[in-house]
Amino acid sequence: MLLIKCPYCNEVRHEEEYAYLDEAFIFRPENMDAITDQELSDYLYNRSNPRGIIFEQWQHTVGCRKIFIVKRDTTNNKIYESYKLNEKIKSAINIPQKQECYL
Amino acid sequence: MKEQQINRLEINNNVNNNIVNIINKNKPIRFKFNNKQYIGYEGDTLASALLANNITLVGRSYKYGRYRGIVTAGVEEPNAIVELESGGYYVPNIKATEVYLYNNLEAKSATGRPYLQYDFKYALRFLNKFLSAGFYYKTFKWPSKFWLFYEKLLRSAAGLSKAPDTIDNETYEHQNHFYDVVIIGGGISGLQAAYKLAKQGHKICILEQDKYLGGNYHLADFDINSEDNNFSNHIIDINNIIISLKKLSNVNIYTRTTAYALHDNNLVKAQQNLTLDISINDRKNTKTSKILPSKILHSIYAKQVVLATGAIERILAFKNNDLPNIMLASAVSSYIVKHSVVPGRNIVLFTNNDSGYNLISNLQYLLNNKQVNLTIVDVRDNINNNLKEKIKNYNIKLLLGYTIVSAYGRDKVKSLKIQKISQKPNKNFTSVQKWELLEKNFTISADLVAIAGGWNPVIHLGCHSGDKPIWSDELLTFVLNNNNNRVSVGSAAGYYTTEDCLLSVNKVLSNKLNNNLINSINIVNFFRTPGSYNKQFIDMQNDVTANDINIAIDENFTNIEHIKRYTALGFGTDQGKIGNITGVAVCSEILNKPIKDISTTTFRPAYTPVTFGTLAGDKVKDNFDLERYTPIHQWHKEHNALFEVVGQWQRAWYYPKSNESFIDAVNREAMAARTSVAMIDASTLGKIDIQGPDAREFLNRVLPNSWSKIKTNACRYYIFMHDDGMVFDDGVTACLGDNHFYMMTTTSNAAASFNKLEKLLQVDWPNLKVYLTSVTDHWSTTAVVGRKSRKVLQKLCHDIDFSNDAFPFMQVRHGSINNIDIMVMRISFSGELAYEVNVQSNYGKYIWQEIYNAGQEFNITPYGTEVLHVLRAEKGYPIIGQDTDGSVSGADLGMSWMFAKKKAYSYLGKRAHKLDFLTMQNRKQYVGLISLDKKSQIPEGSQIIVNTKSKKSIGHVTSSYYSPILGYPIALALIENGFNNMGDTVYAFSHKCNLIAAEICSTVFYDKQGEMQNVS
Repeated sequence: MLLIKCPYCNEVRHEEEYAYLDEAFIFRPENMDAITDQELSDYLYNRSNPRGIIFEQWQHTVGCRKIFIVKRDTTNNKIYESYKLNEKIKSAINIPQKQECYL
Repeated sequence: MKEQQINRLEINNNVNNNIVNIINKNKPIRFKFNNKQYIGYEGDTLASALLANNITLVGRSYKYGRYRGIVTAGVEEPNAIVELESGGYYVPNIKATEVYLYNNLEAKSATGRPYLQYDFKYALRFLNKFLSAGFYYKTFKWPSKFWLFYEKLLRSAAGLSKAPDTIDNETYEHQNHFYDVVIIGGGISGLQAAYKLAKQGHKICILEQDKYLGGNYHLADFDINSEDNNFSNHIIDINNIIISLKKLSNVNIYTRTTAYALHDNNLVKAQQNLTLDISINDRKNTKTSKILPSKILHSIYAKQVVLATGAIERILAFKNNDLPNIMLASAVSSYIVKHSVVPGRNIVLFTNNDSGYNLISNLQYLLNNKQVNLTIVDVRDNINNNLKEKIKNYNIKLLLGYTIVSAYGRDKVKSLKIQKISQKPNKNFTSVQKWELLEKNFTISADLVAIAGGWNPVIHLGCHSGDKPIWSDELLTFVLNNNNNRVSVGSAAGYYTTEDCLLSVNKVLSNKLNNNLINSINIVNFFRTPGSYNKQFIDMQNDVTANDINIAIDENFTNIEHIKRYTALGFGTDQGKIGNITGVAVCSEILNKPIKDISTTTFRPAYTPVTFGTLAGDKVKDNFDLERYTPIHQWHKEHNALFEVVGQWQRAWYYPKSNESFIDAVNREAMAARTSVAMIDASTLGKIDIQGPDAREFLNRVLPNSWSKIKTNACRYYIFMHDDGMVFDDGVTACLGDNHFYMMTTTSNAAASFNKLEKLLQVDWPNLKVYLTSVTDHWSTTAVVGRKSRKVLQKLCHDIDFSNDAFPFMQVRHGSINNIDIMVMRISFSGELAYEVNVQSNYGKYIWQEIYNAGQEFNITPYGTEVLHVLRAEKGYPIIGQDTDGSVSGADLGMSWMFAKKKAYSYLGKRAHKLDFLTMQNRKQYVGLISLDKKSQIPEGSQIIVNTKSKKSIGHVTSSYYSPILGYPIALALIENGFNNMGDTVYAFSHKCNLIAAEICSTVFYDKQGEMQNVS
């Protein structure tokens, strides 16, 4: 069970109040018609699945319904921080390079 | 009745009924075991009361039906499995050692069939050879046909108590807590840690699985009966600590509460038992006592966890070491000190370390009065002088360098074969056992054997969140490293004496360091008597012997996890708490590999069994799932409707009249809609209000059809695809204003559609100015269906012109009925002329009733979801989720006509429709099917083949109904390349596997020109 802080409500609440949506920083390509099949499949299916730090999209579904970003360690489920989507977080935080999948 | 308790000590002592001795001899309690009456005292466990009454046989073993008695005094008990009470208070598979007596308790052995005394399995004991490890798996292989015969036999022989067959009378509850520190274990280490931390102002709680605090404190080296012993000061100390802890407001103490799991981020899950010591009468009597939940599931979030979980003594293996009255030394001590019960008079202590010698102090009084004989069999050649001094004072026979080779007896141990033993040097691996038997041997008599095989710290909880146990060659056991958020103290960290425990608490709490472990009990690496592995029991609950481990390794299962699963070592309700490490040591001996390289099996929750009721809590019966009702629900109930659950909604299914059958009711309702007028409650459809200057652009991006030019008061059908091109939902969206749309989704996908739209707006298109509001519950919808629907509404609503020209198909009009605002949509899910009347929810039932009354002259018929499905199937309208699954694209569903070609934005699913996978020839496509004889109904889910000989399915039937208006059955199906094979004959399987020949046809079976929805 996780305790997650909603950066909009500014409260630490129980995991049951939230819904996991997807890995963070995956946006719908602007030029959808022009992308290759591989790029489409990367957008739809391929996720980094790292052993260690991951950034994830969560939604405060039974709260403010805002979507935000959570930094979590997949090895011990430790949650470090939450970020608002409208903060320019992509440059502000150190996103790990695409890691190799552990298959 | 008192005389019955022949093993109860008739001694007076000044420590009666305190932390050490917990029985109250002034309060006798009657109880029944296997239908016989006995008497025990308040403070007795079922196990101690049985031993007091000299009941040594409490169960039969799982595989061989061997006689089994009580081995331990705690949750580690493998043998004394009982069931309590019956009916709604029945408790299966509980350990006699954890049940405290209450008035008129009724317990039965969980094993022993047909009777405990006469178990049929015991008659098969000569077959032991064939029932060794893996025999179960081997019965599958050879001769494989015999399995059908074995199965019945094995299934009836296996298992413990029967599962409950009536509804549980007791209730359960869930609670959440937040603490700075959670201390697991209320023994001396836990109490000491609690005391220190509470003084520092932390908010703490103590979880103790037993009813009494103090843990294994009674195992300390003292005599229960002496008037003035050195430890009375300690007792007072501990009592004082408990008293002062109870006074502190920042400390909560939960007894009878087992922490059974420690999850990530220090989430402790604990089961608290509230009613297990209350008599059934008191539990039933709600007047005299408040109603307690039977158990509470505590979810405790802790910043810091202190594991003061103590240690569990382990067994030593020798032949027939499973005979009744062969117990752990700590258990013997426990029964003597806590309950004044001594289960035997001719006692043999079998030990490989110093801790067993504490038994001498516990027996001091009895030894002095010559009430018991004690023989000590120690495998070590020499012991230290302190112990020798201690023994000198009594008449104790000490056998150093000896081992027990075998025990004899039938339903109780009678004698032991003792043999000289010596240790072979093994310089390479200090933890691998290397002993050999010498010639000298003799037999001694015994009626109670106390085994002191060393201690296993309870590290289970620490391992639950992934930490690996570490083997200590010094202590000969597994221990855990501390980390920032979790520390172990006391015996759980490998400190076994009172002084060491208290010292470890102080050290760990002040600097959190891992201390050096010292072998304070001088244990040696002896785990089993060398020689034959035969009948040396390692796991008593699963009848696993050293020989079974040998067989498993012989058959090349060399990993401990494989050995566990092949032999069943460490399974069951006790999870091998007393035998697992001994088992690992046996593996080490056979494989000649140090124990640290073998390691142990993975510890997983739950530490002790948790009943399903606890996990369910109050989410049972009416609370099991939410039920949603439409505003018209009451009317449906009053009109005899049967209900169907759709999502969480209770929807009217059909409305049978008096004795009408399902088929008759459905046909009647369907014919009414097709020939006259009918009505259905459509309030459950999801409704999303979409507003904002970019609302049009938003819909253009999400949906495949164009929304740029749709005018106010017009509606459009849509399908909602994901970016993978697969259909996810469908519905109708109405344009209520330039910047205002009203989207109707399916009932079951309403929430999912809303979530998806929200995610697109927040994550992908944050610049679009669009607001979404879920208004599903705000509107109530009555659909009036049939050629006479116009006439019904004209009677009620006078401010809307219902004529075909003024109010054409796919349009919205606003008006009123009796001054109540209504929004009418002329849309149709049946192919008939139809209007959907939307009204603010509070008026929903009123408007429904008004329409029903007005329709009486046309015999208006309410219909439910079954006819809704029949009518839509006759027109080929798909139900998303029934006719589609996650693999049906918009094109497969025949919706390509909807895809806008000129839209600038690449809407969801457009790109995916260019993938080779979605454009290939043999995709399964949505088509109709009619059986050639026009009589046979093809079952839903039926697989379809090309010709009668084919063995490859080319698709399956998704919907199948009898159409009353057509007079024959129809079906919808997904068939490979179906669009190009119209008119072909294919074959589908009936329930009885007969082939039904059918023709592929259009999905529109009725009114192919679509004239009915435009009747004037």
